[in-house]
This record gives sequence, structure tokens and C-alpha cells, in this order.
Amino acid sequence: MTQVLDLVPIWTVILALAVFFYVLLDGFDLGVGMLYGFASDARSRNTIMNSIAPIWDGNETWLVLGGLGLLAAFPTAFAVIIPAVYFPILVMLLALVFRGVAFEFRFRDAENKTFWDRAFCYGSAIATFAQGVVLGTFVQGFPVHDGQFAGTSFSFLTPFSVLTGVALMFGYGLLGAGWLILKTEGDIQAEARRLGRICLIGVVTAIAIVSIWTPIMVPTVAARWFSWPNFALFVPVPVLSGLVALKIWRSLDGKAEATPFFGTVGLFVLTYIGMAISLFPMIVPYQLTLWEAASSPRTQAFLLVGTLFLLPVILAYSSWSYWVFRGKVRAAVGYE
Amino acid sequence: MQFDPVLLSRIQFAWVIAWHILLPAFTVGCASFIAVVEGLSLATGREVYTRISTFWIKIFAIAFGMGVVTGLVMPFQFGTNWSRYASAAGDVLSPLFAYEGLTAFFLEAGFLGVLLFGRKLVPPWAHFFAALMVAIGTLFSTFWILSANSWMQTPAGYEIVNGHFIPKDWIEVIFNPSFPYRLAHTAVAFFTTTGFVVLGVGAYLLRRNQSVPEARTMLSMALWLLTVLVPLQMVIGDMHGLNTRKYQPAKLAAIEAKWDTGEGVPLTLFAIPDDRAEHNKFAIEIPYLGSLILTHDLRGEVKGLKDFPADQRPPVAIPFFAFRAMVGCAGLMLALVLLGGWLRWNGRLYDTRLYLLACQCAIPLGFIAVVAGWFVTEVGRQPWTVYGLLRTTASVSPSLTGRDVTLSLLAYMAAYLLIYPTGLILLLRVVRKGPTEISAAAPAIEAGRSPAPVLASAINVVKGEV
Ligand code: HDD
Ligand code: HEM
Ligand code: HEM
Repeated sequence: MTQVLDLVPIWTVILALAVFFYVLLDGFDLGVGMLYGFASDARSRNTIMNSIAPIWDGNETWLVLGGLGLLAAFPTAFAVIIPAVYFPILVMLLALVFRGVAFEFRFRDAENKTFWDRAFCYGSAIATFAQGVVLGTFVQGFPVHDGQFAGTSFSFLTPFSVLTGVALMFGYGLLGAGWLILKTEGDIQAEARRLGRICLIGVVTAIAIVSIWTPIMVPTVAARWFSWPNFALFVPVPVLSGLVALKIWRSLDGKAEATPFFGTVGLFVLTYIGMAISLFPMIVPYQLTLWEAASSPRTQAFLLVGTLFLLPVILAYSSWSYWVFRGKVRAAVGYE
Repeated sequence: MQFDPVLLSRIQFAWVIAWHILLPAFTVGCASFIAVVEGLSLATGREVYTRISTFWIKIFAIAFGMGVVTGLVMPFQFGTNWSRYASAAGDVLSPLFAYEGLTAFFLEAGFLGVLLFGRKLVPPWAHFFAALMVAIGTLFSTFWILSANSWMQTPAGYEIVNGHFIPKDWIEVIFNPSFPYRLAHTAVAFFTTTGFVVLGVGAYLLRRNQSVPEARTMLSMALWLLTVLVPLQMVIGDMHGLNTRKYQPAKLAAIEAKWDTGEGVPLTLFAIPDDRAEHNKFAIEIPYLGSLILTHDLRGEVKGLKDFPADQRPPVAIPFFAFRAMVGCAGLMLALVLLGGWLRWNGRLYDTRLYLLACQCAIPLGFIAVVAGWFVTEVGRQPWTVYGLLRTTASVSPSLTGRDVTLSLLAYMAAYLLIYPTGLILLLRVVRKGPTEISAAAPAIEAGRSPAPVLASAINVVKGEV
């Protein structure tokens, strides 16, 4: 069977979308999980929990799809990246396990409410930090030998990856605050606006540091951005990011309820594009390109047929589920 | 040896998957049971079915939630600990995993909400439809994951290019030689496991004189199902064994602890196999029965382990004993089912207290048989991850040290040992309340929004917090 069509670009787009959906969707519900820790009383805790309870499960399925999609389309990349972040992945998984069962255990196990409340909040925070560390490790690049990761299980731990870990906590926190502003009212919303401003300051600072640090650390990234005419082409990305951040700041201060969330989504899109500019066409940064790590054309073709059909269906369902649970949440619902 | 990353990774994989499998072993059957009861409720309009269904939906919700989070851990194991395996076999296996995600997890997630909370929101037929879709989702999941596992046992439809398995024919990959048997045997095992849970819970409620009409219906339905499935499972198991003899003779020799090839071999009932001395101690044997069972012929030839080089033999003790545990469970199950049929014939099924107690004690049988069966399958596959082609030692991530895996294994152990007992206690609480109380206090759902987190309404109801 000769391959007439190069499927790698299609798979790159699908995978990029899957990862981005995961970051946005689980991002805001992990963020809400972290902000949950700041809630003052049982009523606001219940409201905050109820704002994501019906959807978190579907959100997490994107993580499965992202992981399996990477394995299916770029198995060599999967085999290098995942062992390189052995401990961050372990910590993330365990945090997600505790956080996931906390949804049910908190309500079922009233005596131990405080333990599962903490499991929910710390689980969300730790999972987020671990994902940020994975991101930082990815941007740093990996030593590769013979198609396998050649570092140690602790190579991931650098000041840079810790910084991206903290950065992502602010980022998800901002998404979560945006979600709570959208879904709640009164004092909970006011608190979300206040925390959102803190998160925004953290995010902007972190993006600035990472944008300076990365080109210094990685010459190829510097060459990509600061050569002519690339610079002229890419400069709108940081400029737009700045403007969007300003817009979010204003909306956090004012009355707007949708702008903080959707503005943050915009900020995430821009950051994502910025990273794509830095790294393309690498899938294992600075070592293997998308084409070098790709699975066989037969594998990609076989999976593509089903994916192109199923992905729209999944999107349709997910949107429908959000539609069903639209509107403001109140703690009192169902607790009469 | 003590800090061997390969051995520790194997233990870690066995640990996380053995806990994970306990949940599908129940939820796959439970989803179908709920769908059937929903269907009956729709067709007959009898309240008793609605109450039974509501009751099992609460139990299903807890088990399913735990199944999802422990499942999330699984695909990452391939990357963290078995990266060379992921890279070598990824081209063939990953689409099967990915299709599991796309067809099964999506379908389950999509209709779970309506199943758990939709009874008052959607028309009855739509609620039944949701139950059906969740059940079908769990079966799709079983289909794909077993296809992937069976390919590792009996690889087909591939070629090897530069040390990577490259797919040649997808039909051959998916429907590889051991897949039909493994799928049938495992699916029936899951239904059997659920059957014994329903039977045991029904018996428990009857013994406590609680929700009697519902309990009788559960007991009766489960017993009819098991009357068909338990003998069927023994027949399928026998066919599965014949298939194993054909494609994985070394595994079969380990199961039977046969060292020497021979015709008309005896069946070893008990022994202490000694891998090093290539010999069984304290063997209790029945002449000719081995050949009869394994080949369906008194004089049939059975291969012994000595026919295989020592570095291509699986360890013997685990498959040998695990297999006997599984078949032992099957024996106990058959005895219970036959006894139940006899009591039913005499009209004493619902008030023979000793029998009800026995049914209650039989709840774990299915789980034990499932885990034991998988230990036979997976340990018997050693020393290969892809049978005959890729060694387990060549599958592990090269960067891992023994210390790394010790740390992660300890973390998984601590986490699961905290979560599982808690989950079990919560499940027992739901059971103790029984069906009537739960339905009497069915939650009011407003404006399409669940009163509590999607998976959490049960306890509120149970505890009267609603
Ligand atoms: C309720 C559960 C249950 C029961 C009662 C039985 N089994 Fe089983 N058995 C399983 C549940 C199971 C399982 C957990 O589902 C396994 C593991 C992998 C598989 O395909 O099914 C399995 C594996 C398995 C294998 C290993 C096949 C291989 O991997 O190559 C054999 C030979 C048998 N079974 C045979 C039997 C026989 C002869 C039985 C009864 C007399 C029996 N099983 C009862
Ligand atoms: C015979 C073995 C297995 C069967 C029958 C099985 C079946 C299931 C089922 C039915 C579920 C839904 C939850 C539940 O019912 O409790 C589930 C969850 C899951 N399983 Fe397994 N599983 C098996 C082994 C594995 C393995 C080896 C993997 C790793 C590739 C895996 C990955 C997952 C994942 C990721 C989930 C969570 C799905 C979600 O996010 O919704 N499973 N499994
Ligand atoms: C669900 C029931 C399962 C159980 C209880 C189970 C059990 C085990 C055990 C005990 C081992 C360790 C074997 C040894 O060290 O001797 C193992 C290894 C392994 N299993 Fe399974 N397994 C199950 C299903 C699966 C499935 C569905 C897959 C893949 C699709 C799978 C893939 C593997 C791999 C990759 C290893 C590691 C390499 C090895 O030791 O062979 N298993 N499993």
C-alpha cells in the first residue's frame, strides 16, 4: 500500500486540538478546585463544587484522548516524553485519583468531610503543578538516545520547570476564577474577581519570565523569533497577549461576567500559538520532528477514519452537556 | 535483584490493574443488569423494577467513579514504565486503545448523567435508552481492551520493520486467534461476577426481611442468569484452554505443572512445583485425566516445560495455583447454582436461611475468579510482553532505576489502600439501606441540575440529607 497522502499534518492538528481542549476544560475545573480552598463556608463550597460537578468527568476524558492520541500518532514521542516525566506523571495521576473520588466521597462520607474537602483542593493544586512541570520539561527539551529517553527520572527537576509549574497554577486559577464569575453571583463572585486579579498578575509575570528565559536557554527558539522576517510576522502574538491581559484586568474590576473567562481562553490560545511557533516542527523538542516520531501510515489512516467521524459527535455531546447545565448555580438547589 | 526495575515495574503493573479490573468486573455486568431491569420496568410498568433499578444505579455510580479514576492511571503505565514496549508495539496496539477511548469512554460519559439523574427529567423510554447506551459503552470497552491484550498473547496481522511491529491487516490484528475465546470468557466472567453480587445482596436483604419483593426478584433473576452462565463459562473455559494449548503451549504446561512431554498424561490436582529442580513435590495425580481434559483424548500428547529452553518458560507456581483457584471458584459457583435450582423446584428458595447465607458469602467468588484467571493469563505469558517476540525485560523504560519504581510503587500502594476500603464502606452503606428506602426518598431534581455532584446523590439520599 503506497501512501498518497501525508497524514502527519492532520494528526498534528487533531492532537493539538485534543491537548488544547484538555487544558481549557480540565484547566478551569482544576482551577475551580484550587479556588475551592479559599471558600469560607459550607454554602460557598457546595456552590463551587456544584458548578463543575456535572462536567468534570467528561473534561478528564480529554486527558485520556490526548495521551492515547500521542501514543497512536507519535509513538516514539510518547516513549521518550512519558518516562522523562515519570514522577510528575505519577504525582499528577495520584492527585487526580484523590480529587476525582473526593467529588463522591465528600458528599457520601459526611463525618470525614474535611479530609475529602482537602483532598479535592490539594489534589487539584498538585495535579496542576505537576502538569506545569511536564510543560516546562517539554520546553526544556530531552536527551534522546536510540529513540529512547536518555536522562534520569529526576532530570525534569529544574528551576525552569518549577517556574512553569507555578505559572500553570496561576493560569488554571485564572480560568477557574473566570468560570466562577460566569456561574455564580454575590459574594462568591466577588471573591472570584479578587482572586482572579491575583492570578492574572501571576500569569502575566510568569509569561514574561518564560518568554525571556526560553530564548536564552534554547538558541533555536531565539533564532526562530528574532530573525528577520520572522520577528515582524510573530510580533503580533506578544502584543495581542498584552492587550488581552489588559482587557481581562478591566473586566475583573467591572461588571462583565463572560469577559474574564473568554478573555482567559484567548490568552491561553495566544500562549499556545507562541509555544507552537517556538517548537514547530519538533514533537520531542530539539530532537525529533513530527515526521520522525510518527507512527506508520497504516496506523494513522486506520485511526483517522474513525476519529474524523467520532470527534464531531463527542464535541456535540460535550456542548450539549454544558447546555443542559447552563445558568447560575446555587448551593440551595436540591438541598431544600 | 531487590531493586530490579523490571520486576518492580511488573509488580506495579499487576497492582494497579488488579485493582482496576475489580471495578469493570462488576460495572460491565451491572450496567447491563440495570438496562434489563429498566427495560422490564418500561414493558411491565411494575414499580418493583423501578425500585430495583434505582437501587443498583446508586451502587453503580460509586463503582463507576472509582473505575474511571483507576482507569486513568492505566494508559500512562505504558509510557512511564514500558516505554520500549510502547514504542515497539505502539503502531499496532495504540489505535485499539484509542478506539476504546473514542467509542466506549465517550458513550459512557455521554449518557451517564441522564442515567443517574434523568429519571424525572426525561421520558421513561429515554431513560431506558441511556441505560442501554452506558451498557453498550462498557461492552465496547471490554471489546477493545481485550483485543489489545489478546494481540499481545497471540500476535497476528503484523510485520516487523526495524524492531517495530507494523500493522498489515487490521482485521487479523483485531480478531487475532485468542481474541474470540478471551472476549467470550471474560464477558461471561463479568456477567457472572455481577450475577453473584446481585444474588448475594438479594439474599442479604431477604435474611434481614427487608424490601422483600425487590429482594426476591433480584435473587430469582440472578439465579436464572447464573444457571445458564456458570455451566456455559466452564465450557468456554475449556475451549479457551484448547486455544491456549495450540498457541501458547508453554503457558499450558505451566498451568498443569507438566515438566515432561507425554501421551496419556495424568491430571495434577495438587503439587508444589519447583522451577529449579524441574520437578513437582507432593504431587497428587489422576491417571489419563490430563490428556482427556486438555486434548479431549485419553492418549493425547501434552507438551512439557522441558521442551522449552529455560529462558522461555513462565514461572510455574503462580499460573498453577491461580488456575486451581479459578476452577475452584467455578466449582463452588456450580454447586450454589445447582442447589438453588433444587430449592426453587421444591419451593423453598426464599426461606432456606442457610442457603441465603451461603449466597451472601459467595459475593466475592466472581472477583476472586477474575483476578486469578488474569494472573494465569498474564504470568503464563512471561517472559514475553508480545508472545514469542518481545521480552518483558526488553520492554521496560531504559531510564528507570529500581529506586524510582520502588517510590512509585509505594505511592500507588498507599493511595489504593486508602481509597478502596473507603469506597467499599460507602458501598456497604448503600446496600444496608436497601431499595425501598432509597426510592422513597428519591431526590428532587430542579431545572436539569443535579442536587449534588453527578455521582454523589446516593449518599445524600441514604443519609436523608436531601
Ligand atoms: C467468573 C470468572 C471465571 C470462572 C468461573 C472461570 N474463569 Fe477462566 N478465566 C477468567 C474467569 C473465569 C478470566 C478472568 O476472565 C480469564 C483471564 C483472561 C481471560 O481470558 O479470562 C480466565 C482465563 C482462563 C484461562 C487462561 C487462558 C489464557 O490466557 O491462555 C483458562 C485456560 C481458563 N480461564 C479456563 C477456565 C476453566 C476450565 C474454567 C472452569 C472450569 C474457568 N476458566 C472458570
Ligand atoms: C480486561 C481489562 C480491562 C477491562 C475489561 C476494562 C474495562 C473498563 C471499563 C468498563 C471502564 C469504565 C469504568 C468502569 O466500568 O469501572 C474502564 C475505565 C478505564 N480503563 Fe479499563 N479496562 C481494562 C483494563 C484497562 C487497561 C489495561 C487500560 C490501559 C490502557 C485501561 C484504561 C482505562 C481508562 C483510561 C479508563 C477511564 C475511562 C474514562 O476516563 O472514562 N483499562 N475500563
Ligand atoms: C485486567 C486484568 C489484568 C490483570 C489482572 C493483569 C495482570 C498482570 C500481571 C499479574 C502482570 C505481571 C506479570 C508478571 O510479572 O509475571 C501483568 C503484566 C502486564 N500486563 Fe496485564 N493484566 C490484565 C490485563 C492486561 C491488559 C488488558 C493489558 C493490555 C492491553 C495488559 C498488559 C500488560 C503489560 C504490558 C504487562 C507488563 C509486562 C509483563 O510483565 O508482562 N494486561 N499484568
